[in-house]
Amino acid sequence: MPAIELTNPAALPADWRDLLALTKPRVMSLVVFSGLCGLLVAPASLPFVLGFTAILCIALGAGACGALNQWYEADIDAKMRRTAKRPLPAGRMDRQSALHFGVGLAFFSVILMGLATNWFAAALLAVSILFYVIVYTVWLKPRTAQNIVIGGAAGAFPPVIGWVAATGHLSALPLLLFAIIFLWTPPHFWALSLFVRSDYAAAGIPMLPVVAGAQNTRRQIFFYSLPMAAAAIAPWLLGLTGSIYGISAAVLSFVFVVLAGRVFASRATEPAQMAPEKKLFAYSVFYLFALFAVLVADRWLGA
Amino acid sequence: MKLEEEIVRRQRERARILALLLGAFVVLIFFITIAKTGMNW
Repeated sequence: MPAIELTNPAALPADWRDLLALTKPRVMSLVVFSGLCGLLVAPASLPFVLGFTAILCIALGAGACGALNQWYEADIDAKMRRTAKRPLPAGRMDRQSALHFGVGLAFFSVILMGLATNWFAAALLAVSILFYVIVYTVWLKPRTAQNIVIGGAAGAFPPVIGWVAATGHLSALPLLLFAIIFLWTPPHFWALSLFVRSDYAAAGIPMLPVVAGAQNTRRQIFFYSLPMAAAAIAPWLLGLTGSIYGISAAVLSFVFVVLAGRVFASRATEPAQMAPEKKLFAYSVFYLFALFAVLVADRWLGA
Repeated sequence: MKLEEEIVRRQRERARILALLLGAFVVLIFFITIAKTGMNW
């Protein structure tokens, strides 16, 4: 057979590293962590292997969301510097492989969750995947500046799924954990979108800073941080957690609101000058990790 | 690199990873079955 030169990488079988990149492993880490915390604070204990499988299914479901999101947004990703090197816009694999991979992961994660834990948890996992892909990625994201507000619900499911996997039912605490992530998502993403605003504008995504301007976005970041802080402290005030969580949540949330206040006061127009926005974005990631970590510590040390 | 060589290299790499994942899945299903049937050992 004559030698053929490699000219179109997308025509080749996808490299496993690119398949892994489709699952957005960095985003997955926060999803897995919050799901694990939901499972660990639940008032029921699963055998280790079933708990491990529940978390694995949450991770695979998140991976499916990442793959299907990248499949649908390949054209948009190609226009943004932050995402242009992803496997699809970079032309390293074909879109159909990404679609098959995402759908396969989604079905596998939901069925395995149902078989290993319970079908309520599996149904919640299915709803979260469908919500992220259909409601957020396909419907809201390209249409409205409120995309991240409603779409944030998709990222708020993991602790609820973890809890339901362990107990088989819902109660007040997992719903509050849902509310915390739901209210945390807008300030987290809007802080990011302020300093990558030109990217979103170039791709035609109506993120709040593109549509409503930087100052309006800063105001909304601050005002969303207030109910978020209230939701974070609520489990303690309602007697669902102990003082380890309550005091830590109060301190962590206070710092969040202060940083959001600095963003509110900022008038920077160039990304290079947006130190408060970058600081809030970095802190928001730490905040969620720390909040859920102290929740678990409170449950296990305070019991 | 020639196209055929690259295709074979990727297929081998993916086949190896798939084999490892299938093996891990079988082990996982075994332990899930043990846990679900309540056999604590």
